Amino acid sequence: MDLRYSETDEKFRSELRAWLEQAVPAHGTPPATHDWPARRAYDTGWQGKLFEAGYAGINWPAEYGGRDASLTEQLVYYEEIARANAPYIGVNFVGMLHGGPTVIAEGTPEQKERHVRPILTGDQVWCQGFSEPQAGSDLAALKTSAVRDGDDYIVNGHKIWCSFAQVADYGELLVRTDPEASKHGGISWLILSMDTPGIEIRPLRTLAGEGEFSEVFLDNVRIPVSNLVGQENDGWRVTNVTLRFERGTAFASEMYNLQELLAEVARAAKKVTRHDASAWDDRSLRREVGHIQAELDALWAMLKLSISEAGETGVPGVGASAVKLYYTELNQRVGELAMRVLGRAALSRENVGALPSRHFLHKALQSLSLTIAAGSSQIQRNIIGERILGLPKERK
Amino acid sequence: MDFRVNEDQEALRDGVRSFCEGRIPLEKLPELEEKNAFDRELWNEFAELGVFALRLPEENGGLGLGAAEAVLVFAELGRYLAPGPLVWSHLAAGRIAGAETGETVVGGIDLSRGEAGPHLIEYADNLDVLLVLRPDGVETLDPKTLALQPVGVPLDPLTPLMQVESLPSGERIGDHALLARLQDEGAALVSAMLLGIAEATQTLATAYAKERQQFDRPIGGFQAIKHILSDTFVRQEAARAAVYAAGATLDHPEAGDVLRTVSGAKVIAGEAAMKNSRACIQVHGGMGYTWEVPAHYFLKRTWVLENSFGGVEDHADRVVARIESKL
Ligand SMILES: Cc1cc2nc3c(=O)[nH]c(=O)nc-3n(C[C@H](O)[C@H](O)[C@H](O)COP(=O)(O)OP(=O)(O)OC[C@H]3O[C@@H](n4cnc5c(N)ncnc54)[C@H](O)[C@@H]3O)c2cc1C
Repeated sequence: MDLRYSETDEKFRSELRAWLEQAVPAHGTPPATHDWPARRAYDTGWQGKLFEAGYAGINWPAEYGGRDASLTEQLVYYEEIARANAPYIGVNFVGMLHGGPTVIAEGTPEQKERHVRPILTGDQVWCQGFSEPQAGSDLAALKTSAVRDGDDYIVNGHKIWCSFAQVADYGELLVRTDPEASKHGGISWLILSMDTPGIEIRPLRTLAGEGEFSEVFLDNVRIPVSNLVGQENDGWRVTNVTLRFERGTAFASEMYNLQELLAEVARAAKKVTRHDASAWDDRSLRREVGHIQAELDALWAMLKLSISEAGETGVPGVGASAVKLYYTELNQRVGELAMRVLGRAALSRENVGALPSRHFLHKALQSLSLTIAAGSSQIQRNIIGERILGLPKERK
Repeated sequence: MDFRVNEDQEALRDGVRSFCEGRIPLEKLPELEEKNAFDRELWNEFAELGVFALRLPEENGGLGLGAAEAVLVFAELGRYLAPGPLVWSHLAAGRIAGAETGETVVGGIDLSRGEAGPHLIEYADNLDVLLVLRPDGVETLDPKTLALQPVGVPLDPLTPLMQVESLPSGERIGDHALLARLQDEGAALVSAMLLGIAEATQTLATAYAKERQQFDRPIGGFQAIKHILSDTFVRQEAARAAVYAAGATLDHPEAGDVLRTVSGAKVIAGEAAMKNSRACIQVHGGMGYTWEVPAHYFLKRTWVLENSFGGVEDHADRVVARIESKL
């Protein structure tokens, strides 16, 4: 039960910090949220710089170009990335946290050759085509069909909420290859090249007003059988491999970043006048900030514990569900507090006087997605109840 | 950094757990209650187990262990609702003669926030020495010299109380430095006991939800119950991380901010124990509202511990004071 970082860890920290201190400002400010080509260039450009400096794929195996850092170095990495306010992983998310690791774990030598390094260097952007209108939490209910025709599958279906689809080169696609098999038995995991004829992408607007995700319509799209990852009809198992990577440390820097957002909320409170005093003079507000800070510290300690307990395997246990649940609900509380501190300034998406409405509203609105995406809070509670506490299972 | 409980620590924890399981299982609570909670023999056994001398150096008859080990031990004591002024006597070890061997029973009261009388003193009848935390230092009093009045019915049947109008000043044994130290260590140990309660109530409620049938199935199959229980687990895990962090940081202050980590633990573990004990009663339904099911003991003890070494509000205030300078 020791929280001291080793000398090696601290050396890694000071090198990384020094690098970030020059690299982050040099990369400039992020482009406007609606400018997707610019966003792709910004996010992948940053990925390329991480790669050149030896910081890309911090937890990826060295034989695939990753850093293969120890678990504690990974924690240091997330702390420093957050502290330096480095660019968000952005459009590299699916490649770095889903597609890449899945191809490494399950792909053929050719697939690895074609995708792993380009993902790591920022040359290849991926999106995720898992969900469908009728298959969200109940993902295995997916209907998109893939019918074998010689060396190809012919794919028809409708995917939805595909983040970054409009700028992606490839997609991880779940399809039904055996309509006669059991719900979980007839699914396959395919690599979709996004420039294949027959794909139509229709952006969906999020409640934050952004074009983050899209609907993807697939009309007789031909995908070579060589793009199958894992065996035909074994896609549900492969999917669980994919989702496992997302559960671990994918949101670690965002968790750490919340501390900075809370500090910004406190600083904003000093600028708000209420009852002839600053809002920060309100003891109950200060107390709430202290309370939330205690929860943020507990969250970070939970992550450290979960990483330590995952040990050498590096595979997060089901305990990751507890971390996700705690983090996402806490994130929404910080967002709500930010809105309350703004008061009527929260009615504007642009800054009002000295108050950072733009940033706070962006964070508060975006936080609403966190309890839905990557397994909703209700699904996480089912997982904890059934797999950790051993309570009777839901109908599947 | 390796935040895991190591093998020696596991062995220590398991030892305390099996002692408690054998000596004070939940079924024996009513028996303890009849003895008015304080049991001299049990107290001596706690001393033999090392509960008080845990952190004393070996050359002074202690176990030479640290705060990390102490939070593990106190989490077990909390889980089994162990009676007696355990935290105070542990803090007194090495400072007040006989505390470490259990010969001298040391209790205490925290008046460091300038609390006015009348004061409620836990286990007053059983104490040899009373430690008093004052705003500017630490004092000892001889309880026999105090005008103690009985309190008929304490909230926690396992925490007997006496009342005193005011406390005269006693013999000063330390100034601000000792005060700060006892405040932090006391809060960390009480947080550990609250963690034990958060875990115990989660376990108790989950076990009942698997066994109790309504509408021809275990109530744990109903999502409304399952989700209540999942939340108790999440709170328990947050408390575990926060309390371990408090122990680890007390041992190695260079790894963090002691005050912020300890106060954070008191906030998180206090809420986890409070909410989990309530959930435990709710999941037990009508039986949960009876004296027979031990759920109520946990909630009542939580109220005692919530009011020991500062409550949620006090500690949230301490945390914000630590980050305020960095804004
Ligand atoms: C910002 C964002 C980005 C996303 N990006 C992608 C992406 O890139 N690719 C992709 O494939 N998908 C993506 N998704 C989709 C996401 O995975 C789904 O939204 C999610 O799985 C929930 O499915 P659903 O929306 O159909 O909701 P539903 O499953 O219909 O759920 C609706 C409500 O019912 C509850 N519910 C459902 N089942 C249960 C149950 N068994 N017990 C209790 N409550 C239940 C849910 O918790 C929720 O509150 C994204 C979503 C968001 C918000």
